[in-house]
Amino acid sequence: MTEELLDLASRVAASARAGEEVEAYVARGQDTEIVVYDGGIESLSSATSEGVGIRVVVDHRQGFAYAGSLDDEVVAETLEEARDNAGFGSPDEHLGLASPDGVAPVDLDLWRPELADLTTDRKVEMALELEKRVKASDPRIRTVHSADYGDAMVEAAVATNTGIAASHRRSSCYVSVYALAGDGDETQTGGGYSVGRSPDDLDIDEAADDAVERATRLLGARKPASARLPVVLDTRITTTLLRVLSGTLSGEAVLKGRSLFANRVGEQVAVPGLTLVDDPTNPDAYGAAAYDSEGLACRRNALISEGRLQGFLYNTYAGRRAGVPSTASAVRGGFKSPPGVGCRALSLEPGAMSQEEILAEVGEGLLVQEVTGVHSGVNPISGDFSVGAEGLMIRGGALAEPVRELTIASTVQRMLLDVVAVGNDLEWLPGAAAGVTIAIAEMSMGGA
Amino acid sequence: MLEETVIQRVLGTALRTGGDFAEIFVEDRRSSSAHYDDGKVEELTSGRDRGAGVRVVVGDTTGYAHTADLSETGLRAAAEAASGVARGGDGGVRVVALERQHATAPYEPTVLSEDVDKSRKVELLARADDAARSAGMAVTQVSAGYGDSRRRTLVANSDGLLATGDVVRTRFGVSTVAQGDTGMQTGYEGVGRTMGFEMFDDVDVEGIARTSADRAIAKLAARPAPSGLLPVVIGAGRGAVLFHEACGHGFEADAIEKQASVYHGRVGEVVASPQVTLVDDGTMGRQWGAYAIDDEGRPAHRNVLIDEGVLTDYMWDLLRSRKAGRLSSGNGRRQSYHHLPMVRMTNTYLLAGEEDPAELVRQTPRGVYVAHLGGGQVNTATGDFVFGMTEAYLIEDGEVTEPLRDANLIGNGPEVLANIDAVANDFAMAEGGGTCGKWGQSVPVGMGQPTLRITGVTVGGTAA
Repeated sequence: MTEELLDLASRVAASARAGEEVEAYVARGQDTEIVVYDGGIESLSSATSEGVGIRVVVDHRQGFAYAGSLDDEVVAETLEEARDNAGFGSPDEHLGLASPDGVAPVDLDLWRPELADLTTDRKVEMALELEKRVKASDPRIRTVHSADYGDAMVEAAVATNTGIAASHRRSSCYVSVYALAGDGDETQTGGGYSVGRSPDDLDIDEAADDAVERATRLLGARKPASARLPVVLDTRITTTLLRVLSGTLSGEAVLKGRSLFANRVGEQVAVPGLTLVDDPTNPDAYGAAAYDSEGLACRRNALISEGRLQGFLYNTYAGRRAGVPSTASAVRGGFKSPPGVGCRALSLEPGAMSQEEILAEVGEGLLVQEVTGVHSGVNPISGDFSVGAEGLMIRGGALAEPVRELTIASTVQRMLLDVVAVGNDLEWLPGAAAGVTIAIAEMSMGGA
Repeated sequence: MLEETVIQRVLGTALRTGGDFAEIFVEDRRSSSAHYDDGKVEELTSGRDRGAGVRVVVGDTTGYAHTADLSETGLRAAAEAASGVARGGDGGVRVVALERQHATAPYEPTVLSEDVDKSRKVELLARADDAARSAGMAVTQVSAGYGDSRRRTLVANSDGLLATGDVVRTRFGVSTVAQGDTGMQTGYEGVGRTMGFEMFDDVDVEGIARTSADRAIAKLAARPAPSGLLPVVIGAGRGAVLFHEACGHGFEADAIEKQASVYHGRVGEVVASPQVTLVDDGTMGRQWGAYAIDDEGRPAHRNVLIDEGVLTDYMWDLLRSRKAGRLSSGNGRRQSYHHLPMVRMTNTYLLAGEEDPAELVRQTPRGVYVAHLGGGQVNTATGDFVFGMTEAYLIEDGEVTEPLRDANLIGNGPEVLANIDAVANDFAMAEGGGTCGKWGQSVPVGMGQPTLRITGVTVGGTAA
């Protein structure tokens, strides 16, 4: 199957005319999504999808086109359209496709064929089981809004007429649940999930317990008074912060004057205890990959070591412009977009303390378990950071009363310098970053 | 897009195992976009997505399958997969008599993207780049984007409905970075309408670019926003994201059905101050959220949601309205044929009041004036929602004074609606062309609103 995609991509690349560089990215996937509600199936969706994205560079100009089909005729039309589009791009001597750089890909096994053999009935059972466990676990759970099972098996290949030929395949699956706690007068919500590459990786109890705990422990939450105080970010929230950081560590953002870290390599941008690495070669990472989206072998890139900024991430274009090699950090949102620059497996180096120990150390403060409005209140260019939040107050070193309808605010720059503890509870969550508890010395809490 | 006899056979296959309802949704979407950044045309992109989804409903269960293969074989395979949820009985052979429905398009585009030379699109971007860079020495980076799409749809179902849609949308936006002693700041301004390229006949491209640049430049002198509960005056237009989040999502019948909305069971009750009359209207020609038919084949409607403070109705899609024994309100939408439809807003707006907008500020001793908002997010079950301010000022002694840095505001829907104490007479639709995300699906939505004041909302800044 994957070879078939690589053949197709190679054929498109080989049809380049003299003076042209052509890249074809071909993907095909199969997915299932099941939602159960109130003991029955609410919806069951299944689909296969496929598509091609073609990039043409000619006379230092670039064009791109995509189509949600692999029909020969459509692929040929897409190539023509990309060619035509290239005529309207501005000339830029740094434009060009990747070529092999001698780095050998790691051998990653991200494909679990047994996922394809899992019956629909079994998938439905898992979602129903999850719903049942949430409902049975605590009388304060009023209802389960939805319990889901989902999986995907994706294969992709990229080839160019500059020597790139790479393919990969991966399987993934998840269960997730969203619970409502409380009586008619008050409602609190909590979500839980478990992800893996095969059904054996899924932990239904963990997903259920997480949703129940998050929803029930917020019961009785009130809006707190505004204050400046220490803030502990729960593992999932740290992932959100790392995602914001990843944009500022893109070499493309630096070159285009959109990174607050520009010209600061070698400087102390964070507390000495903070080390940040993007390592897609780590098989435990959800975003693990042998190749980047331009077909170069992924590698480990150190970004911040002991608080000092080490460097940025580059794809081929950004690297050429900066005069450095690509760090194999090309990413794309499927076949519909040309490659940009991004992280796949960003993580902080874990510390020694558990979350409980961190709470004890902090003494008085706020534990944040949920944030909202990251897209509307965090500006990765200025660094302004303001989000809606809910969580629990920390009093006497332990969790105390729940709070909601509040904001927490600081700046990204300040937060990195204010990290006073990184937990030992590192976990790989869906997306491009790992979760871990961290404590920040001071943030503004907006409330009543 | 498909022959009626093929549609009938596909629906027949879908119902073969005893489904109560079957539907086929066909979509053919063509799009093009151009991105100008760092003084250069980065690239033009063209896209084509074509496929179909088949839905089979039996009892409370929905089966769905989609395919990019529009041959009869491909469609019947999808129909069979979707009908897998209905295996209780033998549906026998059913032939659905289809009746073509006609819905009037809210607006007919006059210049289609495919008839416009690509160089004209690029030229608009270059003009915007030039205008933004000329706005001030502090401007250090500009990116401008153009995008258009034409989405043709066909919906047919076992109730005999057969309807087609054809929606053309065009958008344009400019992001600016300015640099000063305090670091970098950003500004954005854009326009999005359900129109063809003729949109640019009355869109001031340079004006949009300057507004974007001015927003970034003004914030270089901004101080941190306050932290805590304050009166907030929201300027006309984009501020309507407030209603989108504070109650719009909570009025969607899928949230209501699962009792996951603070507005459950409250039709006929007072849910807002008497100055609030809120409408969702998919028939507003040219507006970003307009269409002739929704993605279930139902014509768009103008639906009054709140009338002088009283909740009059929720928004409905086909599934939820069937269960409630009523008609859909034309709010069944989906991102693409890859997705099941759900209840979504179209163009949501607050009707004008009678007060003078300047007076609202004058009567506010201390507070925040929000001139431009970013996005927002809501938890419909608790009613807590946030929205971000991207251009805002302090109000001191009844006057708009210093600019503030970006921050989110947080409130609780029913409380904020009750605390709207003044609505002005300067109604305006937002020009931005917003995208609303819900359970993983994004759709274009419009919004509008006059200047209004809320007696207290928590502002999420860092200043005391």
